[in-house]
Amino acid sequence: MSTQNAVLQGVGVGRGAVWGPVATVRPAPVVPADEPVPADPAAAKEKVLAAFSDVAAGLRAQAEGASATIADVLTATALMADDPALRAQTGQRIDKGEPPLHALVAVIDSFAVMFTAAGGYLAERVTDLNSMRDRVVARYQGLPEPGVPPLDRPAIIVAPDLSPADTAALDLEKVLGIVIEQGGPTGHTAIIAGQLGLPCVVRATGASSLVDGDIIAVDAANGTVTLDPDDATKAAVETRRAGLATLAEATEATEDGATADGHRVALLANIGTAEDAERLTDAAVEGVGLFRTEVLFLGAATAPTEDDQARVYARAFSALGGRKVVLRTLDAGADKPLAFVTQAGEENPALGVRGFRLVRHAEELLRTQLEAVARAAKETGGTPWVMAPMIATVEEARQFAAMAREAGIQTVGVMVEVPAAALRARDILAEVDFVSLGTNDLAQYTMATDRLLGSLVDLLDAWQPAVLDLVAATAAAGVETGKPVGVCGESAADPIMALLLTGLSITSLSMSPSAVPAVRFALSKHSLETCRAIGEAARQAPTAAEARAAALALVDPQVREVLALG
Amino acid sequence: MSQRTVVIASRVGLHARPASLFAQAVAASGAQVTIGKQGEPSMDGSSILMVMALGIGHGEEVVLESEDDDVLDQLVTLLETDLDAE
Repeated sequence: MSTQNAVLQGVGVGRGAVWGPVATVRPAPVVPADEPVPADPAAAKEKVLAAFSDVAAGLRAQAEGASATIADVLTATALMADDPALRAQTGQRIDKGEPPLHALVAVIDSFAVMFTAAGGYLAERVTDLNSMRDRVVARYQGLPEPGVPPLDRPAIIVAPDLSPADTAALDLEKVLGIVIEQGGPTGHTAIIAGQLGLPCVVRATGASSLVDGDIIAVDAANGTVTLDPDDATKAAVETRRAGLATLAEATEATEDGATADGHRVALLANIGTAEDAERLTDAAVEGVGLFRTEVLFLGAATAPTEDDQARVYARAFSALGGRKVVLRTLDAGADKPLAFVTQAGEENPALGVRGFRLVRHAEELLRTQLEAVARAAKETGGTPWVMAPMIATVEEARQFAAMAREAGIQTVGVMVEVPAAALRARDILAEVDFVSLGTNDLAQYTMATDRLLGSLVDLLDAWQPAVLDLVAATAAAGVETGKPVGVCGESAADPIMALLLTGLSITSLSMSPSAVPAVRFALSKHSLETCRAIGEAARQAPTAAEARAAALALVDPQVREVLALG
Repeated sequence: MSQRTVVIASRVGLHARPASLFAQAVAASGAQVTIGKQGEPSMDGSSILMVMALGIGHGEEVVLESEDDDVLDQLVTLLETDLDAE
């Protein structure tokens, strides 16, 4: 019917793509307003009753091949078509001289009114009643059954719109995708297609011109329907399908993070509360790379007691079982002031007494926290790693390590978020067991840009070459000393940045749990060698934009496509 | 004419699958059975539309009537089961 590769534009639902033959949904039949009174009412009545029986038999046959849920709906609808009250009332009206289709519509409508009045579950069944009515009317008129046709091969459903009943009756094993001319991206068809993971385009203007057997390609990511797609279009569809399938597997996957050639990179979660830890029970993460403890303190008028803290930490450690957890000691000050410790009147709080610097006038606060962590670890048999925020000097790292080990913490580290610490990471690693890069604050302090200032967001970019240099310097110090260097800032959640960081020899990436599947997927598709090449290419670029572009150019096309990396 | 009073066990009431199983059982028995709420008009038990239209909820009491005591006993057993759970 169409020129090759003509495109209908609509609104896509989801990111899927598919190509295949069209199966059109047949419209509901119309009862003519001037339907005549039959010359032979007895014959007409017989014909209507036969239509009821035929529809019921057809629905029962359909139910046999359907899944349990759909079979129940179909069986109940068959029972309605065969209903003795329905048949009797329709028959009586025809006997009294009503035109047969008007009679059956009137009777079904009377039940619909009763069901609607009852509300709730019964009101929802009106759709089933109406679909049964349309089937019987079509049968009587000798028209093909309205609604979704029985599919003998996988096909793309094309319709003006789909009723919920139509969608429920879809034989999912054979439905490749859905194209509707009406509806909207939040309508029921879109929602159901989304839940089923079917590529779907709604508001596809011109879709009604498609006929059964036309070959089309549906691209939900771009909202397009391509008529008679050429080989290149089909190939693009196949690439997307394969990629999405892999991503779905990766999302289900629980295996540890690793590159395509098996180089391990621990994928960890950032959490703020014990409840967050409990929610991780089923999440596919290897542990927690950043447990922010300030949440416990924020909003409190006085410091929480050792008992209170120990209880919370124990709950989090128990929830994580034997998995790794890196706890960060209180990071108050600047944008996270605390009533009982923050000094009033600092002109530049981001550069003031914050993070580990609080120890200068509130040492007990840190000692109590370290005691609480050590106690919770002992009670739960956990072995938490503990790190301090805002370390700028080797002396600070040394002082923190001494306090933590005194409290009984075995694995002690510090955050690297001040450029001074990044530049002297080798000396700092001589004092502690590990470091973790906080890329948000590192960018803030490297670029002299307030994190809270939206208008300067371009300067805060973790792709800024100077920030990448500091990350690379820290990672190199880790390689030299044989100690772990992780990243727990926003940048770890960016799949391209995650590849770069892996290439720079970062040993763990900690991010919000929802970001883990995409990062795991990206990692699994690149070798360590490619990650290193990405790191080198990005570091040679003179600007943030060029650094990202250079890295992206080396990312596997399938990964770019699936993760929509541009 | 015999009567039975029974409390609906299905959690969703006599809707959906339970209503359909009940109407099917009545039709299969070949007996004339009516169903209704206490003190209200009763309906043909083999009509799923009528049974559903009664709007009988979980825990509600219904009255069954038929000439056939065996059929009544079977239907009472059916309604005393949580049909939706099976």
